[in-house]
Amino acid sequence: MTAYLIRRLFAAVMLLVVVTAVTFAIFFLVPRLGGQSVDDLAVQYVGKDANPESVAAVKQNLGLDQPLIVQYFDFIKAIFVGAEYKFGPDASECSAPCFGYSFRSHIEVWPEITQRIPVTLSLAVGAAVLWVISGVTIGVVSALKRGTFIDRLAMTIALLGVSLPIFFTGLLGLALFTSQWPIWESVDYIPITEDPGEWFWNLIIPWCSLAFLYSALYARLTRAGMLETMGEDYIRTARAKGLRESKVVAKHGLRAALTPIVTIFGMDFGLLVGGAIITEQVFSLQGMGAYAVQAVKDSDLPIVMGVTLVAAFFIVFCNLIVDLLYAAIDPRVRYS
Amino acid sequence: MALLSVDELSVTFGGVHGRKESTAVDGVSFDVDQGQVVGLVGESGCGKSVTSLALMGLLPGKGVKLGGRADFDGNNLLTMSQRELREMRGKEIAMIFQDPLSSLNPVVPIGVQVTEILQRHRGLKGEPARKEAAHLLDRVGIPDPTRRLKEYPHQLSGGMRQRALIAMAVACAPRLLIADEPTTALDVTIQAQILELLKELVDEEGTALLMITHDLGVVAGLCDQVNVLYAGKVVESADRHELFAHPMHPYAHGLLESIPRLDAPRGEPLKPIRGSINDRIAWADGCAFAPRCDYYTIECLTGTPALTVPAAAGHQVRCVNPVREPVEIATLETPDVTATAHGGTSA
Repeated sequence: MTAYLIRRLFAAVMLLVVVTAVTFAIFFLVPRLGGQSVDDLAVQYVGKDANPESVAAVKQNLGLDQPLIVQYFDFIKAIFVGAEYKFGPDASECSAPCFGYSFRSHIEVWPEITQRIPVTLSLAVGAAVLWVISGVTIGVVSALKRGTFIDRLAMTIALLGVSLPIFFTGLLGLALFTSQWPIWESVDYIPITEDPGEWFWNLIIPWCSLAFLYSALYARLTRAGMLETMGEDYIRTARAKGLRESKVVAKHGLRAALTPIVTIFGMDFGLLVGGAIITEQVFSLQGMGAYAVQAVKDSDLPIVMGVTLVAAFFIVFCNLIVDLLYAAIDPRVRYS
Repeated sequence: MALLSVDELSVTFGGVHGRKESTAVDGVSFDVDQGQVVGLVGESGCGKSVTSLALMGLLPGKGVKLGGRADFDGNNLLTMSQRELREMRGKEIAMIFQDPLSSLNPVVPIGVQVTEILQRHRGLKGEPARKEAAHLLDRVGIPDPTRRLKEYPHQLSGGMRQRALIAMAVACAPRLLIADEPTTALDVTIQAQILELLKELVDEEGTALLMITHDLGVVAGLCDQVNVLYAGKVVESADRHELFAHPMHPYAHGLLESIPRLDAPRGEPLKPIRGSINDRIAWADGCAFAPRCDYYTIECLTGTPALTVPAAAGHQVRCVNPVREPVEIATLETPDVTATAHGGTSA
């Protein structure tokens, strides 16, 4: 078990290293393949009155004049030991973990990220609770009532759920509940530490829109899994023991049906914590996703790197948890 | 009166949403007395498993039509509600299934799978339930039962898994045990052990056993009374010794002749029954076995042949041209695990 854990942790760290390297390479190498020079890159950050001197200064300040490999190792080093920067209004010391300063605003990246993680996390956790409970319940009921009106209704709604994009359902929700029937005045993020009630109240529409999509997916998955499991021989054995149907479903059916759901949940949740890009845009929530979108638009490498690394960390971490959980759910899985 | 009395049981699938009906079990009758071992023999698709599931009430509710009666202790199982059946299942009538690996839940420990039936029907919980479960595993010959309780099905060998399933089946000392091909998925050496175990349990508890199998070796070793099924109907029903000595239905005759013999000369061809169960005609038109039969005459196509008693008393045959010549079955009784136990039941 310990050896397994160490091996998995090592693999996770290696994965993060690869992710940073690839992100770095995409950011710098791809434009260069397209014929862009380092000067062209630097010009982006200078502004309207670019002249050779200012471009050269910016190049030096951002470290763009260094070989790519040196820039990469500087970036990695800064995460662990911090770095000193020679430009920007308040920039001198950047303590570890240092993801550098925004190329555009010269604001330190890490504090920005830590400020935004709670927003995305709030959104993801609330939606996840909602979609797991509703999705699995609907899936189970649908499977047990296969072919009935309830099943067909649920699966039709689920089809809508997976087909309608969040920028439609989210905007529809906003339009309906903030202007048509103004139950909410607007949707603003209030930190939970400030006012838990307001935090909860404001996130209801975003949660529901996000959960609608995912619970539809999970309902379909659960239904398919349950239909398969309930046809297994061991379900017949359980019934042959005279167990009540509720017990047969809960104790023998659901457990096997949930195993794949747990795996997919780990991925979905990790991905979401890395940034619920569309949902954050729709509801103007200042989370990781919104931050990433802005950074990509601005070609702001330090932010892109920071967000990517944090998102990759969440995904890897969630999957590690899932792998450990998996062994608890399915004893046939061995740590080897 | 017999413990279980099945009378003209029929099971028909389909017929909903305009789908074609198909009759899996077509008027099957047999009795099982207390302490008796009755065999239901036939090839895949002859309706033997469906019969057992119908008796247990484990067939799906939708798209299945049941006919006839199946009286267990005087109560018709076929008309019972699921609630009443749940009270019976596991307690009065228990079942052992064919594939022990798929019949055990892979993600639930053996112990829990045994104790849940103890809790359901005997109200045992916690430590007493675990003790009783360990006792049951010990009784069916699983060594180190306390440790095994915590293990999962994949950690047990095939024979152990079947023993565990048998432990669950006998947990509440049922009066009728239905075994649906309990040895098919097992090695030959393990098969003999499992049969011996079943034999022991039947002898000790006086449990009636309905043995469903396609393996005539199992029948020879275990059953008192044998019913041979073909295409959903009993085609021959006799005492074990009578059946093996004088099989009269061409199908039963063919089954016995098709068993390879160790003492046959080298190069002698095997004698299979030609065709498959799909080559059949509807019982209403004549004998379903006629297209595969070596004794077929035109009389075979004049409606369903009746069950008659052409020779020895109690030996029923559904055939217009019953076979009179005996089969040489010198090596048939080799898997004889019960030589002493049930030898005395023949006429």
